[in-house]
Amino acid sequence: MNNTPVYLIFFAALFTNNILLSNFLGMCHWLACTRSMLSASGLGLAMTVVTGLTTVLNYLIYYLVLIPLHLEQLTFLMFIAVIAAFVQLAEMIVERYNPKLYYALGIFLPLMVVNCTIMGAALFMLVRHYNFLQTVGWGFGAGGGWMLSAVLMAALRKKAGYCNPPHAFQGAGLVMIIAGFMAMAFMGFAGMVAIE
Amino acid sequence: MIYAYATSVFVGFMVISTALLLLAERYLANYGVCKIDINAGHRTVEIPGGESLLASLIEQQIYIPSACGGHGTCGYCKVNVVSGGGPILPTETTFLTRTEQRANVRLACQVKVKRDMQIKIPEEMLNVKLFSARVTSTRNVTHDIKEISLALGEPSEINHRPGQYVQIRVPTPDGPVFRAYSISSPTYERNRAELNVRLVPGGAGSTYLHNLKENDPVSFTGPYGEFVLNENPSIEIVCVGGGCGMAPMKNIIYSLYKKWPNRTCWLFFGCRSTKDIFYLDEFNNFAAEHPNLKVIYALSDPLKPEEPWKGEQGFIHLAVDKHLKAGVKRQAFLCGPPPMIDAVTQVLGEKGIAPGDIFYDKF
Repeated sequence: MNNTPVYLIFFAALFTNNILLSNFLGMCHWLACTRSMLSASGLGLAMTVVTGLTTVLNYLIYYLVLIPLHLEQLTFLMFIAVIAAFVQLAEMIVERYNPKLYYALGIFLPLMVVNCTIMGAALFMLVRHYNFLQTVGWGFGAGGGWMLSAVLMAALRKKAGYCNPPHAFQGAGLVMIIAGFMAMAFMGFAGMVAIE
Repeated sequence: MIYAYATSVFVGFMVISTALLLLAERYLANYGVCKIDINAGHRTVEIPGGESLLASLIEQQIYIPSACGGHGTCGYCKVNVVSGGGPILPTETTFLTRTEQRANVRLACQVKVKRDMQIKIPEEMLNVKLFSARVTSTRNVTHDIKEISLALGEPSEINHRPGQYVQIRVPTPDGPVFRAYSISSPTYERNRAELNVRLVPGGAGSTYLHNLKENDPVSFTGPYGEFVLNENPSIEIVCVGGGCGMAPMKNIIYSLYKKWPNRTCWLFFGCRSTKDIFYLDEFNNFAAEHPNLKVIYALSDPLKPEEPWKGEQGFIHLAVDKHLKAGVKRQAFLCGPPPMIDAVTQVLGEKGIAPGDIFYDKF
């Protein structure tokens, strides 16, 4: 059993254990959507909702269905199915209520099905033996952490657009360097809380 | 036992999530009935929202030209969306010039109908119909070009201008696609349409058409095209075809001499070698009846010793340059590969033909 308080898990997921900057999960979307603030914040919001809800749903499915029936070997399959269904739903909602964002995200919205952050959050939830409330905190914290780093990155990339880096560093090279610096900066939070 | 559990749990979950998604779609992707206003009140159609504009218009028997079957890869289905189209999509920008983007030109296959819309399409497109037809004959005119004759079924008459084209519906494993072919039969033969089809290795449309036999059903939409013949008989007509770009020229020449038997018309046709020549005897016979028709064929490949040829040699724009005198009022129709069109357009410009009097069909 894991005794970490829920609020600590939430903040740890945002800062010290930011799933993107400490585990490097969900990088492909992150690099693509941080080109503009609109898509970074929009996809970040979608990621927060989808990660939070699917992690909770996966918790319920795992402990209420799979464990009692001794079907742990189906874990991955079920998790993926849940995520796929949720992303489909999120896509429909975004298309209906924010077509501009829908078109700005393009293929990256449905591609959330294969975003590692979402699957990773669900699997960390299992290996760290969270209870229900901790799972809620962790799921939304992980999604929010992804959104936080995406928004920060989008802002930095906007600034980088006004810089004049050496030719070899322009474009993707500079983005990767910024990502590394951000990860190091977030390591500065490491002493605050630690979650297992 | 565990297998039964596992299977039923997984299948059960899939069924439930599918049901939920379908339910969500009913509410989220349901846009109700949308009104599309065409050409500011000329025609209004009401359609269920959610489909692409192209598919919705086809449902209403308004046939916008499209070659790729709505996949956003041909860029033919341009329409002017005045309102209700939403923002321009990244899938469209490659096909639209900046001027077109500013003028709200969109690809009908990418615009989804989600609310009432106002669109503008050329008046002629409202007259485009879907024809069902049967193959009456096929004939090889060269080693790779086939002349295919179609008898119209329903509707039984086609009203086209010389030089216009139809879009043949080509069934493929991924759904129908459409391929454009010019009508080579003259406009006064309203019950039939004749096509010249060059076999392109691996090409979906030409392979399908080359494999057709007598009595096979074919459906197509049409007529499309911007060729407009000048009705003033004192203006000379110049037709320049290359490769297999003969179909519109044949149509133009036969239709022209039916109406004005003494009008002056030049036919230039460029191909590679003697084995690519077609319709030459037919046109020479026709020119014997109509002395003002000048027929000039040119071969671009060097002649082989066994090839009997006394006509022009070299690219066709050189023959055009050699035969046409400057300063005569003319109208020109061009059909062929892009480099040929560019070269001939330049020569015709030097001969004093205004760009607005040169119609072309690049393929």
